[in-house]
Amino acid sequence: MKPPPLDILTPTTIAEALALLSAHGEAARPLAGGQSLVPLLNFRLSRPEVLIDLNRIAKLSFIEERPDHIAIGVMTRERAIEESELIASQAPLLQEATTQIAHLPIRSRGTIGGSLSNADPAAEYPAVALALEFELIAQSERGERRIKAADFFEDVLTTALKPDELLTKIIVPKSPGQSSSAFVEIARRHGDFALAGVAAQITFSAGKPTDVRLAVCGAGSTASRLSAAEEIVLRDGAGVEAIKGASAAAAAAVDPMADLHASADYRRRLVGVMTKRALQKVVQRAGVSA
Amino acid sequence: MADTMPSYIGRSVVRREDNRLVRGAGTFVGDMKLDGMVHVAIVRSQLPHAIINGVNLNAARAVDGVELALNGDDLKDVLPPISGMQVTAPKTWRDGMDPRIEIPDQTLVPYDKVRYVGEPYALVVARDRYIAEDAAELIDGDFETLPPIANAEAALDAESLVHDHLPGNIAATLHARKGDGEAALEAAPRRLKRRYFHHRYAAMPMECRGVVAEYDSRTDSITVWSSTQVVHWVRREVANALDMAEERVRVVAPDVGGGFGGKGHVYPEDILVAYLAKRLDRPVKWLEDRHEHLLNAAHSRDNLFDIEVGFDDDGKISVVKNYFLVDSGAYSPVGAAIAGNSIAHFMGPYDIPHYEADCKVMMTNRTPNAPYRGAGRPEVALAMERSIDLIANELGLDPAEVRFRNMIQPEQMPYAVGLPYRDGVMIEYDSGDYPEALRKALDGIGGLEAFRERQKAALAEGRYLGLGLGCYVEGTGIGPFEGATVKIDSSGKVMVATGACPQGQGHETAFAQVAADIWGVDIDDVVVTVADTSHVTMGYGTIASRSAVTGSGAIQESSDKVKEKVFAIAANVLETSEADLELRDGSVGVKGVPDMSMTLKEVARAALPGWIHQRPEGIEAGLEGTAYYEPPTVTWAYAATAAIVEIDAETGAVQIENYVEVHDAGTLINPAIADGQVKGGLVQGIGGGLFEEPSYDEHGQLMTGSFMDYLLPTASDVPPINVIHSETPSPRNAFGFKGLGEGGAIAPPVVIANAVCDALKPFGAELNNTPVRAEDILNILESGAVAAE
Repeated sequence: MKPPPLDILTPTTIAEALALLSAHGEAARPLAGGQSLVPLLNFRLSRPEVLIDLNRIAKLSFIEERPDHIAIGVMTRERAIEESELIASQAPLLQEATTQIAHLPIRSRGTIGGSLSNADPAAEYPAVALALEFELIAQSERGERRIKAADFFEDVLTTALKPDELLTKIIVPKSPGQSSSAFVEIARRHGDFALAGVAAQITFSAGKPTDVRLAVCGAGSTASRLSAAEEIVLRDGAGVEAIKGASAAAAAAVDPMADLHASADYRRRLVGVMTKRALQKVVQRAGVSA
Repeated sequence: MADTMPSYIGRSVVRREDNRLVRGAGTFVGDMKLDGMVHVAIVRSQLPHAIINGVNLNAARAVDGVELALNGDDLKDVLPPISGMQVTAPKTWRDGMDPRIEIPDQTLVPYDKVRYVGEPYALVVARDRYIAEDAAELIDGDFETLPPIANAEAALDAESLVHDHLPGNIAATLHARKGDGEAALEAAPRRLKRRYFHHRYAAMPMECRGVVAEYDSRTDSITVWSSTQVVHWVRREVANALDMAEERVRVVAPDVGGGFGGKGHVYPEDILVAYLAKRLDRPVKWLEDRHEHLLNAAHSRDNLFDIEVGFDDDGKISVVKNYFLVDSGAYSPVGAAIAGNSIAHFMGPYDIPHYEADCKVMMTNRTPNAPYRGAGRPEVALAMERSIDLIANELGLDPAEVRFRNMIQPEQMPYAVGLPYRDGVMIEYDSGDYPEALRKALDGIGGLEAFRERQKAALAEGRYLGLGLGCYVEGTGIGPFEGATVKIDSSGKVMVATGACPQGQGHETAFAQVAADIWGVDIDDVVVTVADTSHVTMGYGTIASRSAVTGSGAIQESSDKVKEKVFAIAANVLETSEADLELRDGSVGVKGVPDMSMTLKEVARAALPGWIHQRPEGIEAGLEGTAYYEPPTVTWAYAATAAIVEIDAETGAVQIENYVEVHDAGTLINPAIADGQVKGGLVQGIGGGLFEEPSYDEHGQLMTGSFMDYLLPTASDVPPINVIHSETPSPRNAFGFKGLGEGGAIAPPVVIANAVCDALKPFGAELNNTPVRAEDILNILESGAVAAE
């Protein structure tokens, strides 16, 4: 359980990191919090020749308020996001989802950029990114690119990032004042990757949903939006029957994979249950009558 | 016992071990660094069953930093296999069990074929573990796959054989009977026939295994540090394999981070590392990583039962027929011992006149099966305790009531079971009040009737609550023996060394309590040495809930020898008779005369050899005694447990609301340690009941290669646990001790299964296999919903 031989490079500026990434290309892997990559190295399932350690680049770690969004540096620890009052008030879905990531020691090392770049389909952040419509800033020596969350997650552990690109900043739109959100998930044990999780972000006007975003994790090759379910809630509101319909639509829409912990069918059923619970929580939090 | 009583037994003395462990100052095998030490990586089979055509080491040998690379061919004429009979059984047991036992020997590094995923087939020794693993990757094995045998039932009919000399893949058969099972079944007004399966899971200690060995060519001796529960067994096997005198092999278990049975026998690596250290004349270290541990360290359980029970309209059981298969994997390091436990413990605390058992220990292409906390008892508790609940359902009785009606009553003690125990002695439960334990357990969950009302009210709201019960007995403190040496030197301290070999049980504290009471000294004046063969000539080890009973017995008997000399010498010096002397506050004094005494330190000096001794005629020099305690037979701990669960009707998830265990292990040495032991066992049982399972795919590949997939319960998965100790002394030893290391782990799987079935009673569902899975529960709930529509 030791990694194969590799070099660890420790840039202290973004420019330096980009130069290294450009020079080493696919032979390099950026190292963020290491909570997924290090075990993969130890199992020799990931075999980069070079690790570009981002932990000494101070400018990659920040949470900053802008007029209509929050900007988060990719090396911001999950624990810092969990404890940020700014995020709790302006993007509560992100905050709630963060509390459900693994366990405290993992959140203390793990970073938002590492999790998004890793694109584990069962992880919380990709679903939140889709529901809150993050924009992801990727930089390379060739320049800067702004990628919509919807275009970012391509397949299991695969993103739109090119080998010479580094995710550097996350743009989190502020949630509207008339909105409410919830993140619910289920795992066999507390802290495990979700068997199914649902992020819900709904804007209400006079008690009626006007903007509905539902995203699921753990139920396919990537996190995804549950558009059929969204449409039902947008059309029929968030009453008991509509929630039931939306849950059924969510379960029908996903194509989960079976593994040791759950069959595809069980996961599909759980997606329905998590959709229902997320919607119920949103309704309750918004204080709208069903 | 000493005559004066600053009694330490029964007090929650703070554990001596904790000071170093809490500060991170413990020393585990992994902490050891010796000058010039080299590191081993072991190459393990990724195939469950395959012929080895050849293992090419050339590329590995060429790696810079590699000292040595070996395959099975290199070692087959050098190192003998480990005997299949690491544990022996007395003839009286064999007479009662009618066994046919042909446990295969285990080749350390196979050269002909591999038999399970994880079996070693080559190894590399290198300057560091990184290089060793780099080189290990380059070793090229040429294999010809054979059809894998996936489980015990398949093994019976399989054309392929795990071991060519074992037709039908049967390593052992056992039979036992009491009364006339067949006739009793014929006569029974009602019969219940079921199949139960207790799944495979494993001890999974926090510290994996590990071995360091250092050879001293000057004295031709070797020291082996192993994370083991049985240092004396390791010494025996190393000495045998290396053809050395046992005197020249010292085996030490330093701090050990859990064992639970999984480290309770000798593994190939214990011998291989010792061999390599001698061959290279350099210290050698092998540390098992978690992936290796999941593949290679013994698994356990994995029994399939076909049970038939005869009973009457009142629920009184007259007969049990117990036919079962053990999936022992590719080897069976402790032979048929687990199956023997299963046969002996099946009837638990119940008074059942007729019993027949028939067992086959099967060889399959799975990781070898060895005892793990409970060792054959959780398996039969599943079959017996599920059967009782099913009888209750059939008769419309409460499961608690059926248990009360069948339990052995306190006035029946001692109770002869009518079967031989593994030590060859006919089983006689020694003491206890089984119905009282169950009553206390029911009180512990708030009372049976109160719960039934709550359950009914919850059901009316669409919530599913269930009560699970599980009762068991456990033979503890088994022989054949334990050794102890007690010395008092010129410092006046009492030094105690035993063959016990702790892995976190707090022996250094508990045995100090025992010795302090035996000698009437301050506990700080007792020095305890454990897990080091150089301090006790013959020892057995810490397995099978045995050390409190057998270690204490050995300390007592060796102390008795030393006391004889202490009294003789003190009588000589004080010019009084031995009969007038007593031990008090670290001294020997004349009864009733406070001023007339001498300290143990003074006695030790008087006992010295040489010109100034004060020994009476005929008393040899020195205060030192060794004894090997051979217990008359086992002591019988017992417990009644109860848990309340709630089912999430939408997901099938099981939430354990609370768990109560009423546990009786006789007189407790240290209640805090005892509490921790029972709770730790319960957590492991809950893990088995809900989460832990090594999973193999259809090709025989082990899918659970890390803790991402092999799920252990974490703090957040453990419910509130209430352990209530009752203390019915055992009449079988001077202290009244019974063993308690394993008990907690026995009941939870069946208690959870029973509780879930109780909750799902409206659906008439039966869960007769472990682990209990949320997905299966949801299927039951949904099929019921469909049926209702």
